[in-house]
Amino acid sequence: MTTTVESETERVIVPGRGGSRRGTRPRRPGLLKFGHWWWALPGVVLVIAIHYIATVFGGAFAFTNWSGLGSFDWIGFENFRRIFQDSSKLLALGNTLFLAFGSVILTNVLGLAIALGLNRGLKTRYALRVLFFMPVVLSPLAVSYIWKFIFDYNGPLNTVLRAIGLDSVARAWTGDPTWAIWTILIVIVWQQTGFSMVIYMAGLAAVPVEIEEAAAIDGASLWQRFWHVTLPAIRPAVAISTTLGLVNGLRVFDQIMALTGTGPAGATATLATEVYKQAFTLGNFGYGAALALVLTVIILVFAVIQQRVSSGREED
Amino acid sequence: MFRYTKLTALREVLIWVLALVFLIPFYFLVATAFKSNDELFTTSPLALPDAPAWGNFTELFTAQGNSNIVQGLINSAIMTVGAIIGLVLLGSLTGYVIARSTRRWSKVVYYLFLVAIVLPSQLGTVPLYIGARAIGLTGTLWGMIVLYTGMLLPLAIFLYAGFFRSLGTEYEEAATIDGASRTQIFFRIVLPLIAPATGTVAILTGLIVWNDFFTALIFLGGSANQTLPVAMYYFIGSLVSQWNKIFAIVLVSMIPILAFYLFAQKRFIQGFAGGLKG
Repeated sequence: MTTTVESETERVIVPGRGGSRRGTRPRRPGLLKFGHWWWALPGVVLVIAIHYIATVFGGAFAFTNWSGLGSFDWIGFENFRRIFQDSSKLLALGNTLFLAFGSVILTNVLGLAIALGLNRGLKTRYALRVLFFMPVVLSPLAVSYIWKFIFDYNGPLNTVLRAIGLDSVARAWTGDPTWAIWTILIVIVWQQTGFSMVIYMAGLAAVPVEIEEAAAIDGASLWQRFWHVTLPAIRPAVAISTTLGLVNGLRVFDQIMALTGTGPAGATATLATEVYKQAFTLGNFGYGAALALVLTVIILVFAVIQQRVSSGREED
Repeated sequence: MFRYTKLTALREVLIWVLALVFLIPFYFLVATAFKSNDELFTTSPLALPDAPAWGNFTELFTAQGNSNIVQGLINSAIMTVGAIIGLVLLGSLTGYVIARSTRRWSKVVYYLFLVAIVLPSQLGTVPLYIGARAIGLTGTLWGMIVLYTGMLLPLAIFLYAGFFRSLGTEYEEAATIDGASRTQIFFRIVLPLIAPATGTVAILTGLIVWNDFFTALIFLGGSANQTLPVAMYYFIGSLVSQWNKIFAIVLVSMIPILAFYLFAQKRFIQGFAGGLKG
């Protein structure tokens, strides 16, 4: 499986270097030897219309004061100036980054730890894998409602805390300005850990036992074996798991709507919830588009950095 | 070296304990969904109900308007199946052409799709909504199927292109010699060969459509057609701290996908682990 990962990563960076494509160059006239080029047309048109044209228009709206109805004026960077001078928008930006990086770090550490625990010799590893992966398939909205109850003032968490004499710790977790954002982080981590685990299990399965044995015979400790042997071998899995986690973490929306509704007093708002609020609840389409453009730029920047970092490692 | 020792047994037991702790939220979900209104306030949130109360479930199946759960279930199922059909058809055709072409434009198109996967939907949502409203796609099931197909097409094409590339051209060469047309080759030879890829595409994209909340909330806003997550959102919005009723709907919304997952868990997990790597 590691080979597929590597070839995939390679393909993303340098397409066309894979060996499987050799020999498919058409010798006969015509664009393709198999299939017809126009088969790709509906797909290409749909993607350009729904992704690119819509995004370009959205980007253009970001420089207007359009309210969704009637005429609008071009106002240059006014929307962006307002975003970066508004402390509530800066808070939303900070929350977005906090949730994205917090969830990536925690899900990957926990996912890798569970994958390592399940990796060698367990008889029931497949049953355990099914259980840990289960939250991944559920709707984030439904999962968030369960956790909202757990964090409720009269919910299970506070009941347990009171039972062990920690009454002072018990609080309305999702309504607490400090802790509300942490409850969202916990829900994301709980739901996504199984996903990281599955990617790491696939990566670990491809690491030959012999290498680990050789390192063990050479006197490497458990930690040294992990840090110098196992971890370098699953680097492609790390790249995939962290990239996907980051991109998804930056657009968290459902969990916030269900758990806190961006409250208390906007303490858990993110860029994604602010876009929704401005564009669809308040009708400030131009301002909402500007927020969305900020989110888009952040996601693209991190995706490129991530790609660069993992490709740089590959070539070492 | 990796024999099953006492230490391995201990590890196995510890991970089972961890797994059970990990799954405690499901216990709260089931225990609370079957509590009657009285029990909800008289018993501890940790306790099981004395006798399962089914009243919460009968109530939610009779809700009307934009929190109509039964209609939401049907709508979600139609949209998911419709989007999967569209994605498999367009995704496989486009992915095939990209994978089999050696010309430069196919690389450009491939990158076009790759960037579209990462591009967040928020920025395009407003213009898309205006465009979709103008041509009557909002508020209808057909419109949603077209939208979901377009939104998830880059992912489907990316997955298919990866699978087609790893599939050699020998079968196609042989079929060409036997006189099969290009259309016959694709639909009768290549597509059946790539059935596991179709399974992966269907599971990954189907799950996204089934669980989607944001797109449905916006594009179906104000219409009587709601999906399951949106109906759930509105239904729960009208209940304040009536956790037994909230959990009845949450439980009902989870059952179809959980049943499917447990039935086809291997495909699900392999789809996620293998599919995203290509």
